[in-house]
Amino acid sequence: MSTETTSAAVGPVEGVTLYDAGNPAPLIEPPRKRTGKTPRSTRGNFEMAAWLFMRLSGVVLVVLVLGHLLLQLVLDGGVSKIGFAFVAGRWASPFWQVWDLLMLWLAMLHGANGLRTVVNDYAERPNTRLWLKGLLYTATVFTILLGTLVIFTFDPNIR
Amino acid sequence: MPAGTLYRGREGMWSWVAHRVTGVLIFFFLFVHVLDTALVRVSPEAYDDVVATYKTPIVALLEYGLVAAILFHALNGLRVIAVDFWSKGPRYQKQMLWTVMAIWFVLMVGALYPVLGHAVRALFGS
Repeated sequence: MSTETTSAAVGPVEGVTLYDAGNPAPLIEPPRKRTGKTPRSTRGNFEMAAWLFMRLSGVVLVVLVLGHLLLQLVLDGGVSKIGFAFVAGRWASPFWQVWDLLMLWLAMLHGANGLRTVVNDYAERPNTRLWLKGLLYTATVFTILLGTLVIFTFDPNIR
Repeated sequence: MPAGTLYRGREGMWSWVAHRVTGVLIFFFLFVHVLDTALVRVSPEAYDDVVATYKTPIVALLEYGLVAAILFHALNGLRVIAVDFWSKGPRYQKQMLWTVMAIWFVLMVGALYPVLGHAVRALFGS
């Protein structure tokens, strides 16, 4: 392409002046420009925090849950040994109390956030989303509180 | 099938689908599991009664399925982390999925006897 075409490339439309000092062109703001009305933070970073939480809790859960499976289902007779006495023996140690408490909280929050994503993806009507997420959060809070209460108030001499 | 549910197919999409399905299944089991464990606050008998169902052959098979779901979700989750944080992760995502499936298979064979052995003995006598 030669430099000859430069002036010809400006079409007749550009050549006509539609606006002048008395009739200025309308102002079009650049997209996503920060204005006086824009809040300081337009998005917040909850979704980024949730994304990071899934990865961090995921790594910890791999250790906690696979260790839990090994202990409960594989070692020392597998599932056959589990009973009240086995639970009492395990929760006599603060180590396993902390293990189970951490596993409960991380797994519940990891699962709840996962299901929140699934609801966001598939439930299209606003009312459906509201109810499904309300149910999800209620069940999650209830289960976390119940599990925490059970670990902290466990009584080996209940009978 | 509604339009738009099949993305590009192949390893990337199907591992994503499997990750979702196993995740939801594990989460629903977690609710049940916290509830059954809460029975230790009721009485030793109530807890032992419910745990007895966990020791039946049919539930043992479900436990093997649970182990399968958890192992896949755990191994594929590590793969997702590698895809997100390792600079070469996206390039090797397919190879990493097949590595995940190989490790999963070996662990599932290893879990066969510990998880299902007692069920086989219960069904066919020791």
